[in-house]
Amino acid sequence: MPIDPSFIGRTYPPTEPYEVGREKIREFADAIRDPNPAYRDPEAAKALGHPDVIAPPTFVVVLSMNAAEQVVTDPALGLDYTKVVHGEQRFTYQRPVRAGDRLVVVVSVENARSAAGNDILTTKGEISTVDGEHVVTAYSTLVARGTAREAKG
Amino acid sequence: MAATVRYDHVEVGAALPEHTFQVQRVDLVKYAGASGDFNVIHWNERVAKAVGLPDVIAHGMFTMAEAGRVVTDWVGDPGALVDYAVRFTKPVVVPDDDTGATLVVSGIVAEKLDGDRVSVDLTATSGGERVLAKARAVVQLA
Repeated sequence: MPIDPSFIGRTYPPTEPYEVGREKIREFADAIRDPNPAYRDPEAAKALGHPDVIAPPTFVVVLSMNAAEQVVTDPALGLDYTKVVHGEQRFTYQRPVRAGDRLVVVVSVENARSAAGNDILTTKGEISTVDGEHVVTAYSTLVARGTAREAKG
Repeated sequence: MAATVRYDHVEVGAALPEHTFQVQRVDLVKYAGASGDFNVIHWNERVAKAVGLPDVIAHGMFTMAEAGRVVTDWVGDPGALVDYAVRFTKPVVVPDDDTGATLVVSGIVAEKLDGDRVSVDLTATSGGERVLAKARAVVQLA
């Protein structure tokens, strides 16, 4: 089944708030092996003008990927997740994510199309604090290889 | 924000310090745990090969994280990043041995923008192949 383009523009309900913790940031920074003290030491972060430790720029994917799952796994969309590879990723930052943030994600479908035998889905995740302060927007493009061609038989 | 690089001191075409990263299976396991991305192709060779990949491959987001280091280490404050985008073109193939994959990332100042911002074009290669395309970061300088 090829991807359903009528999903374009669809917006999903906000996710449950995610509370960003210092230790989760440290764990993520350790996993990407980035020793930057701004991710671990509140004083180092303050010296840079941040109220608490900040998260590495790509930490946002922890929230955005989770939120996009409700779209990606929707059987009505017709995306074969077993064939999916990550095609593109973009983040636009209002400010860095930091410890203590309570964040919600509103996911919408930017694009859903078939091209060259592949099904392509672009989701947009608007990430804001529970108080409504916009923090970052995440765009993610997933490509299901060969699924549109198979669908045509 | 507290970038340590001054906008007035940066020229278009300036090269940022290159970074070389070794990527081993254990790094992918740690990244899977920290990020919550447990896609089997990032840790199970049998499944990776069954779906047509040469071997286990790194998470695209792991590669994006490593590549971003070239910019955040240069600028001083990771919070100075305004925009960061990449296209994943080839997988970083991570063999089950003592060295793993080698990822080499370099960056060049592509454009000086309004508001003391610059864009940086990143080049990332592994095994002689470019693994990212259109990899560009915009940073707020001092």
